[in-house]
Amino acid sequence: MTSPLKALRLKTRIFTAIVVLSNVLGNSFLSRGMQSVGEMLSLSPIPYIRALFNPWVALGTSLLIVWLLSTMALLSWADLSYVLPVTSMAYVLAALVGRFVMHEAVSVAHWVGIALIMIGVMLVGRTAPRTTKRKREARATS
Amino acid sequence: MKWLLVWIIVWATTAGNVLQALGMRDHGEIHDFRPGALGRVASALMRSRYIVASVVAMAISFFAFMALISIAPLSFAVPVTAASYIFETILAKYLLKERVGWKRWTGVALVACGVGLLSI
Repeated sequence: MTSPLKALRLKTRIFTAIVVLSNVLGNSFLSRGMQSVGEMLSLSPIPYIRALFNPWVALGTSLLIVWLLSTMALLSWADLSYVLPVTSMAYVLAALVGRFVMHEAVSVAHWVGIALIMIGVMLVGRTAPRTTKRKREARATS
Repeated sequence: MKWLLVWIIVWATTAGNVLQALGMRDHGEIHDFRPGALGRVASALMRSRYIVASVVAMAISFFAFMALISIAPLSFAVPVTAASYIFETILAKYLLKERVGWKRWTGVALVACGVGLLSI
């Protein structure tokens, strides 16, 4: 038997990984697509809709929808003040993708930034994912 | 123009995330990940005022972000939007009544500083 807290932590870890991966890949594909679409500063929705037909933009947008849905699932059982810092592992992963996939230079400041984020994530990861009562829980206990 | 977009993104993201957290907490923990059950979750969420408002706020933030990365590099766009972390944590404590202890405050501060360093 696994304890409820252990099960909650495992579920939280799995969803955090989905949130982080879909965010990093989604943003990279979207950025790649938008660079080829070109400058876009318009209040009319038409250029944005046209941009969605670019395959990179479409792929990036689809992954960002996965990101949105997995974040919503995560927030259904975990605190916002837990989810936000923990999912910021996405910044670390994005920087590492930049370094090892796109071969961008990573400065000392960047490595320090990566280290700070990782320490921050570890600290928050040590707190319980949930500190407030959920409706269903409240109903079950009442 | 660049900073106006940053301002819009930060506020729309903050509002979007806090409303999303409110709506999801209101809905309760998702236990069942089978398609039928997820369909019922989706239809319940579409009727939630918080979720609808959060989707509107996030759509504003998303299109402002698309406009921003068309005129500025991603290495500028992503980190500046991290300013919303601080506002969101304050709102999580006082509006959502989450228990934000020293580990979370320190963690969020380190993450925000780290993201700031990544933008240099």
